[in-house]
Amino acid sequence: MASHLSGGKVNVALVQELARKELLQLLGKCDGSKAMVWDESLAGPVGLVAKYDLLRENEVLKMFPLRAGHLPPSPVKNIIFITRPQLHLMDLVADNIYGEERSGGCRKEFHLFFVPRKSLLCEKWLKNRGVYGNFALIEEFACDLFPFDSDLMSMELESAFKEYYLENDPTCLYQAAQAIMTLQSLFGVIPRVSGKGPAAKQVWDLMCRMARAKQDTERPGLIPQSQIDHLLLVDRGVDLLSPLATQLTYEGLIDEIFEINNTTAQFPSERFTKSDDVPTNLSDERKQIILNSGEELFAEIRDKNFNAVGPALSRKAKLISSQFEERHGEKTVQEIKQFVARLPHMMATKASLATHTTIAELIKEVTDSNSFLESLQTEQEFMNGIDTDKVHPYIEDCIAQKEPLIKVLRLVCMQSVTNSGLKPKVLEHYKREIIQTYGFQHILSLTGLENVGLIKLQQGARQYTILRKTLRLTVEDGSEITPTDISYVHSVYAPLSVRLAQYLVRPNGWKGLQDVLGLLPGPTIEESQSLPAGHGPRRGSISSQ
Amino acid sequence: MSAMLTADWCPLGRDTYFRKFEIYSMTWQNEINMENVSVAVGQYGGPIAIIRDRKKFVKVQGIGKPIISIYSASGKTISSTVWSSGQIIQLGWSSTEDLLCIQDDGSVLIYDMFGSYQHTFSMGQEAKDMKVIEAKIFANINGTGIAVLTSSYRFFLVNSVKEPKVRRLPEVPSLSVPPSSWTIISEDRQIRILVAKDRELFVLKQSEQHALPVVPDFIEPISAIIEMSVSQNNRHIALFADSGCLWIGSADLRERYCEFDTKCPSRPKQLVWCGTEAVIGYWDNVLLVIGRQGDHINYGYDSAVRLVPEMDGVRVLSTYSHEMIQKVPLVVQQIFRINSTEPGSYLLEASKQFQKRSHRADEYIRLVKDHLEVAVKQCIEAAGYEFDAGNQKMLIRAAQFGKGFIADLNPDSYVKMCHLLRVLNAVRDHKIGIPLTCTQLQHLTIQVLLDRLVVRRHYYLAIQIARYLKLPYNEGSSRILAHWACYKVKQTQLDSEQVARDIADKLGYAPGVSYSEIAMKAADCGRMQLAIKLMDYECSASLQVPLLLRLGEDRPALVKAIESGNTDLVYTVLLHLRENMPLGEFQMAVRNYPVAQALYLKYCRDHNRETLRDIYVQEDDYNAQAACFIRESYDPKNTLTMEASLSAAQDSYRRARNEFAAGLCEEQQKLLRYQKTLEDKFRREFVGRSLHDTVYFLLLLHETKLADKLRTEYRVTDRRYWWLRIQSLSELGEWMELDKFSKSKKSPIGIEPFVDVCLKHKNRSEAEKYLPKVKDELKVKYYVKAGMFEEAARIAFEQKDLQALLFVQGRCASADRNLSDKISHLVTQLSTKK
Repeated sequence: MASHLSGGKVNVALVQELARKELLQLLGKCDGSKAMVWDESLAGPVGLVAKYDLLRENEVLKMFPLRAGHLPPSPVKNIIFITRPQLHLMDLVADNIYGEERSGGCRKEFHLFFVPRKSLLCEKWLKNRGVYGNFALIEEFACDLFPFDSDLMSMELESAFKEYYLENDPTCLYQAAQAIMTLQSLFGVIPRVSGKGPAAKQVWDLMCRMARAKQDTERPGLIPQSQIDHLLLVDRGVDLLSPLATQLTYEGLIDEIFEINNTTAQFPSERFTKSDDVPTNLSDERKQIILNSGEELFAEIRDKNFNAVGPALSRKAKLISSQFEERHGEKTVQEIKQFVARLPHMMATKASLATHTTIAELIKEVTDSNSFLESLQTEQEFMNGIDTDKVHPYIEDCIAQKEPLIKVLRLVCMQSVTNSGLKPKVLEHYKREIIQTYGFQHILSLTGLENVGLIKLQQGARQYTILRKTLRLTVEDGSEITPTDISYVHSVYAPLSVRLAQYLVRPNGWKGLQDVLGLLPGPTIEESQSLPAGHGPRRGSISSQ
Repeated sequence: MSAMLTADWCPLGRDTYFRKFEIYSMTWQNEINMENVSVAVGQYGGPIAIIRDRKKFVKVQGIGKPIISIYSASGKTISSTVWSSGQIIQLGWSSTEDLLCIQDDGSVLIYDMFGSYQHTFSMGQEAKDMKVIEAKIFANINGTGIAVLTSSYRFFLVNSVKEPKVRRLPEVPSLSVPPSSWTIISEDRQIRILVAKDRELFVLKQSEQHALPVVPDFIEPISAIIEMSVSQNNRHIALFADSGCLWIGSADLRERYCEFDTKCPSRPKQLVWCGTEAVIGYWDNVLLVIGRQGDHINYGYDSAVRLVPEMDGVRVLSTYSHEMIQKVPLVVQQIFRINSTEPGSYLLEASKQFQKRSHRADEYIRLVKDHLEVAVKQCIEAAGYEFDAGNQKMLIRAAQFGKGFIADLNPDSYVKMCHLLRVLNAVRDHKIGIPLTCTQLQHLTIQVLLDRLVVRRHYYLAIQIARYLKLPYNEGSSRILAHWACYKVKQTQLDSEQVARDIADKLGYAPGVSYSEIAMKAADCGRMQLAIKLMDYECSASLQVPLLLRLGEDRPALVKAIESGNTDLVYTVLLHLRENMPLGEFQMAVRNYPVAQALYLKYCRDHNRETLRDIYVQEDDYNAQAACFIRESYDPKNTLTMEASLSAAQDSYRRARNEFAAGLCEEQQKLLRYQKTLEDKFRREFVGRSLHDTVYFLLLLHETKLADKLRTEYRVTDRRYWWLRIQSLSELGEWMELDKFSKSKKSPIGIEPFVDVCLKHKNRSEAEKYLPKVKDELKVKYYVKAGMFEEAARIAFEQKDLQALLFVQGRCASADRNLSDKISHLVTQLSTKK
């Protein structure tokens, strides 16, 4: 069912399995037909765990987004709200219940499932709103991790960085620690732990605390063998630059241009030829495409630099057409039979080739545009430390032409990071330009960026220059088609966090890197977790401290 | 030996035997006279409550108030209390061994075994008003239930004393005197009351509106049923008529097993079932055991006794002894019956001979060679039914002996029985006094037995049993320890410090121990200090924090919540504090904890803007105050004008020495004012636009002068102003003006934007005007942009730029084959030149 999840080193499908089981168990507690009301930020992620078909098998007849006001009428016995534990959502839930109560009709049972944890605060809020008593069940659907691919899981906490760095709210760290504990209960204790940055340290501390509390309740026999041997925790604050840089891999560009949410991206549908076997809804203006390694071709090209995607696609096209040509050569019945057996796979490849060729064309239109190229050029100048200390004319032109604010801010932030802070004059100039052009309210946006350190004033040491040299963050002559270094993903720049990970797998680990690590914010973690006896990996165990 | 064993057996009919044996000789013989007390005995060897019988005259010593004394089954005093409440109708024990005292006003008072009061519930207003005249306590699936009969002859019942919910039963038609007898049958979830109104019988059910009449088929005519009894498993019933006739049959009265004439027309003092095989009636000095087939046995007694029905027999309590009457279990009968030829019997004999070192052991073994497995099984099973340790040993030894002759026997049942016997003997000990049979223990489960030991405060024995049986920690030891700790904290005379240390020493961080539960108990007893000390040992913050709050330990609760990393807990503490503290004090308390402060600020940002600013004021955070004012200025609900808010923001920035931001605020106010005058002048919307947009709008309105003025006033950069001019002119289609403008001054942004705007508005001919002036290095690109490939190619060729030439070719290839060929030509030319 979820083949794309189980191919990797650890079987990510287990995570899906666990979550699915839990959801079904929760649904089982509500007897009879059900309607589910979704916190919209969860509908996508939970879809990765349980498809609608599965829910329908469990008598979920209707699905509604959680919105203010009335619920659409539905002839069901149970109404299940499934939300993150956030107060503004509780208000919506309360509204819905009031609406439902007032409308009369047949009595319905209300249930509330919190994802991933119950919250006393929310329950109190519901009590204050006077609807707490209306719920037959208040449960938690403890799903911290949503499986994306055989080597990727996400917690889908979109605003974690903002919450932690701007609002100083450490909720996401607690959730991260919980999620790692869940992983460990599935795949065994992870013997080595490395990390960098204040948030990483906090997550590690919480993990230790949880492990202590857990020792009490868990029987040693239940802990599986260690399947993951190293955990790397990186605080985003350590590497602010990487997410600012434009991604240049195939998948990266799809995300930059069309946005990938929960492994699904939406494209303008008129560009896709309508094949007969896929019924397309005419009213659907966007075509949804699920992107994961379950699709052979996508798995092959997703991480290629976009410049290498064209050749790869044409190679594949030739291969397919030659395979189709073969049929003229078939002589014996046996050979024809073999050909026919291969046919479905070939058809699938052909369809996927058509899809990705269309997507590549769509991307190429953007990447060939002047604005894309000029902006990329500016980025690369910054990465290489060229002209980072003065007002950049391209940024000025962007502002003057009122290009999207996000693009302008991204470049300004990048300049600030690569210059290790901007001179007061430069910063004030940018600020004035932005406020005069985009409106005074953006004084708050700029303050926010300053508070989280994405923009700052220059002070003393120029860490970026040192980091760039010692960690080889920029590589000029890397090949994009047959890359030998990770810098191909941004065509010049190798993401700092990836470099840290690369050093970690070297024999000496981070030992030779102390100077560099000292330049980065927050403490460095290099710890090991003791394993229950007989659960370590075979090769020599690591001493615990 | 076997002769002695069967000495107390009495045959009932052909194949059934009953035996009567002493379990304990009673410790209470000097304190209690069974003749004039009423007795309530708990099932499964439970405790005994004794109170003076109201109906008998005795010499009273001391105060006149009745005393309830509680004894173990061996007659050892557990506790005694002076009863000072109302009149007791009925005493009894619940399944969790709480003492239930049912008063005539319908209230049920619950005490524990040590005479300490737990709580009270009532059987309802009607019972209270009419007074209760009779009450019965019964066991059912939900635990223990109570049924009462009021003086208006109505029945009320609760299914479970744990969750008392009073139900009223249908009325028995025309009942004007108390029913001649009644009883309760609880089958599965359904509870029925069977009421006899003289010879008529009625069944009352909760679910029915009316009483249902039923008719038992007495052979002899009777005039009234004056006693009835239901078996422990609620399947069988015995009805005693005033003629002395006993009817025994199924509980639904459909089947009659027999009818027996006791020749004794007076009402028996007690009529109880002995297991499921026989009924025992007790009249003065005589016990009559009547089998289901109508056979009977007589036992004489010369003093008063009390019968206690159990699932597998009847216990007989008297002043001096505690005896058991039961049907001899089949396997015991098979082994010990005289002339038995069962394998177990031979094996036992073989084992005895073996111990005598006699060769005959071998002969006996040969006799059972083929049935050894059955023989061993029988001996093991029979051992379980024996109370006497000597008999147990004899049978176990025989089983062990037999085992040796079987190659691969599964030893589980043998080991299990040895374990079980050891536990049974330990709890049957006189000091503990729980006379459980093996059958009862299996029905009750070890868990419940441990609970019962805990209720009796035999913690040590309970732990030993749990360890001996290797029960998992959280089912065994730690649960018992937790109970012990709860008991310990209730002893208020002990020093808090000492108790906390004792508990921690014993429990440590034992798995499955919830310190918060113990602390909660301590708090319930008013021992706050102890509770707080205990909370330190609790690992789970989510349990710790709410309790600390309850104990009024606000600061520690906050600290623990923050340490746990669980922000939900922090919020819980914050809101609790907020509700229970003066605001100022609260804010001072919170500011010492950055995480709490941050979360509170976040909460206020969404729910209480005023408080948010108050805190910033308190913290002297002027930048944040300014941000508040600015955010407010955009809020449609803002009570101040936008200017006022902005000027407040400006002040705050100034205080923060953020002159730059203060300046921006000032400019924004100026701009707002100016935009208002513009609105008055042009009747168009200006307010809310950025400076850039305002200038652009003015330019579109041909107000170049006003735009110029704004530009100088706000120091708009040349670069941006040029862009504005170019964009507005092209938007207006003023191509002449645009041309003029391009020549007015040297453009700070070059000539290229002119081309761009022309192309944007698809005016290629205008674009061509500017193209020659485009910088050389951009020329090729711009000619391509304009779609003039041929010129582009020419320029590239002139510039000798091979890359550019290829670029042009790449762009035009699809459009123009001809040109592409030309360029190819140029490419070769250029390459060869080199």
